[in-house]
This record gives sequence, structure tokens and C-alpha cells, in this order.
Amino acid sequence: MNRSPSLSLERLRRTVRLGLKSLWLHRLRSLLTVLGIVFGVCSVIAMLAIGEGASYEAQEQIKNLGSQNIILRSVKPPEAQKISEKNTESYILSYGLTYADLRRIQSTIPGVTVVVPGRIMRETVWNISRFADCEIVGTVPWYPEMRNHPVAEGRFFSEADIIQSASVCVIGAEMADKLFPLGSAVGGAVRVKGDYYRVIGIMEALGKAPGKSDADARKNTTHRMFIPLETARMRYGEVLVKRRTGSSEVEKVQLHEVTLKVASREEVVNVSLAVKDLLERNHKKQDFEIVVPIELLRREERTKQIFNIVLGSIAAISLLVGGIGIMNIMLASVTERTREIGVRRALGAKRRDIVVQFLVETVMLSAAGGLLGVALGVAIPWVVSYAAGLKTIITFWSPILAFTISGLVGVIFGIYPAIRAASMDPVEALRHE
Amino acid sequence: MAPASIVRLDDVHKTYQMGAVVVEALRGVSLEILAGEYISIMGPSGCGKSTLLNLLGCLDRPTIGRYLLGTEDVSHMDDDALSAIRGARLGFIFQSYHLIQQLSVVENIEIPLYYQGCSEAEGRARATELANRVGLGHRLEHKPFELSGGQQQRVAIARALVNDPLVILADEPTGNLDSKSGAEILELFDDLHTQGKTLILVTHDDEVSRRTHRAIRLRDGLVETDVRK
Repeated sequence: MNRSPSLSLERLRRTVRLGLKSLWLHRLRSLLTVLGIVFGVCSVIAMLAIGEGASYEAQEQIKNLGSQNIILRSVKPPEAQKISEKNTESYILSYGLTYADLRRIQSTIPGVTVVVPGRIMRETVWNISRFADCEIVGTVPWYPEMRNHPVAEGRFFSEADIIQSASVCVIGAEMADKLFPLGSAVGGAVRVKGDYYRVIGIMEALGKAPGKSDADARKNTTHRMFIPLETARMRYGEVLVKRRTGSSEVEKVQLHEVTLKVASREEVVNVSLAVKDLLERNHKKQDFEIVVPIELLRREERTKQIFNIVLGSIAAISLLVGGIGIMNIMLASVTERTREIGVRRALGAKRRDIVVQFLVETVMLSAAGGLLGVALGVAIPWVVSYAAGLKTIITFWSPILAFTISGLVGVIFGIYPAIRAASMDPVEALRHE
Repeated sequence: MAPASIVRLDDVHKTYQMGAVVVEALRGVSLEILAGEYISIMGPSGCGKSTLLNLLGCLDRPTIGRYLLGTEDVSHMDDDALSAIRGARLGFIFQSYHLIQQLSVVENIEIPLYYQGCSEAEGRARATELANRVGLGHRLEHKPFELSGGQQQRVAIARALVNDPLVILADEPTGNLDSKSGAEILELFDDLHTQGKTLILVTHDDEVSRRTHRAIRLRDGLVETDVRK
């Protein structure tokens, strides 16, 4: 008998309809069978979305540091930390990056274009009765450009402000909200101890990632206030005093933070090694750290890769388990429907027809599970972002991939039951009770 | 013109391997069936009735011997070819109807056409016509479990007729029915016979056998008597 292609397409459609009827006959069983696939697919999509979101945030934060930048920070050397914890007597601790270091870097290392020195002091900032604990950063006018942290309102301080050691400041948006809840902070004044600073600008809120509410972002980031470097030097000198019960601790630090900008991205790592070398030669103690954002970025990418591999393995295992569940039920179904198979064979069904019938049923089952899993997997990240405030990103390929794989699972685990059904002897199958 | 020979068995043997024992179910059966014959096959259980029916129905192949169905030798055909023959040339009626539970009346009737690649519209029209012919035109969309035994067997008869077969094989067609429904089914067979169909009924029941025009009795794998009335 001839079968034209349009007819075989029609046959496939009829086979699908027939399969739907058979699956619908055992609705609950079909649903339970497919749960393995549902949870497998759903967890893959959901976990990928959460992982992707977390990694995006981390990468954004690293990018904010600047991919061409090298950041040097003064740290209290570990041995000094121990002493200060044990010793209750007062003493002066001198450590960290110095202006001399800065000059040496500028003069000896090629390819370092801009240098942003910074001093960081922890203080309480007041506006009449409102106050905020913050880090006061003494820095240079090109800080916003270097650190990808633009000014939202007003302006950053200029060279002239540095030269004049002007009492001006630029505050973070988070702080502006806290200290000046009613009007604009620009033009207002804040007090730190006895000194007043005029607010000339407001920085954009940091860590404000899309999908996250402003309030969340503001709650989590530290408050920062920027003043001209010379002003900081003049007001605070190089000695910081921390008072504790029973002792006072005096620290002498010239520069807390230095940002170097390297001309080309490829040179960043080499330059950072050269800088490290240079600094180690001039520092007896390990009192500085070097942060290379581009290396962090690479590390983050590697972490993400590992995460994806782990996730992929979990997905593979859960889909394997789901597939075995489906195969198990299909084998039971084949046994249960032995007589139907016998009847169909008697009425002219070829082995291939029986294979197709059972294979289509299995694939429909697993694809339905995949579809359900995709729906849940898309819904869960949405709920998570809403309820826990975590950022989630559903990449367009993850539902497609998960769905395709669930279909493939149907084919792979459907073949054996289908072949078993088709290889039954029609006479035996008809006699089966 | 003499009626054509539809079925011809030449010295057919069938042996089964049952564990260590070789069972000889048929030990040399020769039979010729002509178009339009109305035949019953009887015999005690274990005489080889079922084996003969399976062979006639192309569900099985003879161990030795030749089977001509129409003009084709089907004794050595492969599985696919036998499936095609069953679908195109034979109609089956079973004792317990063997309808497919998840399908409606009309869908059950369509099955043989479906496997022959008949289009859906064509198959639906033919199935509806046959459902009307067996008096179930008003039950097309019902499921088998919603029908009585007699009605289910009518569906099965319609299904056996849908591909316009050379031979209709019925295995104890009234075995599961009460006497009234059984009588109705037998009347339907009589009608089919008068329309010129070739019918082979396997039965225990002398009453059934009496209605047919040729009674074949088997014993121990051999034809004991073959009486044309």
C-alpha cells in the first residue's frame, strides 16, 4: 500500500492523538510518572537563573572597579594586629602605602597612566540632628571617571578645590537620603567633628542592579563621603587615633587606597606584578594588598563555569532518574496493554507501528513533563527575586535546552519499552489475560 | 463458474517446543475453502483448533506444509508481510470482543484501515457505514465499557468487515454472550453469509455448528470429519 508523505504526517498526528487518549486514561499515573522530569527541568532552569543572577551581580561589582585598574590598599600587617589585640598599652602603629610609593610607581613603571590616591577615615557625619556613620575618602578629581562611579547631581570637586584645600564634599546617594530626607543635599552643609563641608554633588547609588529595589541597594552599601585629598591631609594629618576602653590606638597611614590605571587591558596583570615587586622591595611588612579587578573577573568566570558544570551534572542525574521512572512505567504499561498490542497486531499493525505508538507516548509524556518543568522553572526565579530580593536571570537558551533534553530523554528511555512491546508474539499477546 | 478457492492448506504441520517436550499441535491438515463458504470448526480442547485458527489468521506460520491465501503463499512470509496480509485480507472476531478501551466505537472500527494508511476522512466514513450496518449508528462516540456484550461484539464484527476481507475468522464469537444476544450475533453471521462473505467459526456449540454449511471436526491434530451440508 502506498503512503504519501502527507498521509504519514496525518498518521503521526493520529498517533499523537491516540497517545493522548491512552495517557489521559491514566491521568494520575501519567502525572506522577512525569514528576521526575518536571523537577529535574525546573530545578535546572531555576538554579541556572539564580546562579546567573548572582554571577551577574558579582561581575557588575568587579566592573565597577574598572577592568583596566589595579587597586592598592593599605592593610594592617597581621603581626601588628596580634600585638594590638594583646597589648593594652598605647603605641603608634605605622604602616601602609606612602606618598613615596606613589612617586616611585609613577616614575619607574611605564604604562601606568592615572593614579588616584585616596585616604579613608571612618567618621560620623552630621546634618544638625541627623547623622550617618561613613567612610570619608580623601581623593583626586578624576576618581568618578576612574572607578566608574558617576556623579548623579551637582559636580565632583575640581583641581582648584584640591589646590585650595576647599571644604567641599560629595556624598553618596544613600547618605544624601539619610541626611537630607526632605530637599536636595546639594548646597547644604554637613559637619564632621568641628569642621563643616559644603555639599557640591551627589554620587549615584552603588550596586543598584536592575531588578533590585532602590531601598535594598541603599541599605547594603557603605556610606561614603568624598573630600579633596589635600583637604583630608590638612584636616586629619597622617595619624589616626582609635580610642578603646582602657587604651588608645594610634595608627599612622599616609594613603589608604591607590588606584592605578593601566593603558591596555592586556598589560594589567604584568603591571600588577611589577608594582607588587616594587612595593615589596620597599615595605618590610606585608602591609598592603593588590586587587586586580580583571583577575577577579576571570576568577568569577571560572567559578561560574564550575558552577555550571556542577549544575549540569545534577541536571543530568535528575533527568536520568526521571527517565528511568518513565521507562519503568512504560514497561508496566506495555505489560498491562499486552492484549491491546495483540489486537493491533492481528488487525494489521506492523512491529514498526507498535514501536512508533509507544515511543510517541513516552516522548509526549516526557515532553509534557519538560513543558511543566519549564513553566515552574521560570516561575520559581521570579518568586525568588520577588520574595528574597535576589537577582535572577533566565537566559533564553536554558528553557529551550531543558525542554529539548527532556524530549530526548523520552526517546532514549522509550526505545526499550517500545521494542519490547513490538517484539511480542501476536498469538501470545492475544491470549494474555 | 465454480467459486474460487480462497484458503488452501497442504499437509500442514505445526509443532511447538514446550520446555523439553515437543508438542505436535497439527499433524498434517489439508483443507480447501471456497469463496462464500460458511464453516464451523469444532473439536475437543487440545485438538488443535486454536493452532489452526492462528495459522489461518496468519498470526503464525506452519512448521511444515503450505498455506495459500487467495493466490499468495503465506507460509514463509516475514512478519511485516504477514501483518500487511492480516490487515488487508482477514477479519478477526474474538470471544471476548477485544475492543480497545480508550477508543470510541467508530475509532475501534477504523483500526484496520488506520494501519493500511487509509486517510482519516475515508476511514471515518467507512467505519460509520459499518456501524450503521450492525445497528450501532447511534453509538458512534460511545466507549466499549458503555455498551452491552452483544453490542461490543457487533462493534467487533463491524471492525472485522471494515477492510472487506477475503475471510472472516471468529473464535467462539458467542462464548461470552447470553443466548438472546448470541442468537442475534448468529443472525448477523447468517446475513453476512447470504451477502457472500466467507466465514469460519471456531466453536464448542453444536447449535452454532448446525447453522453453518460445512462442519469440520478436528481430533488430535488431524481432520476427523469434514461434512458439507
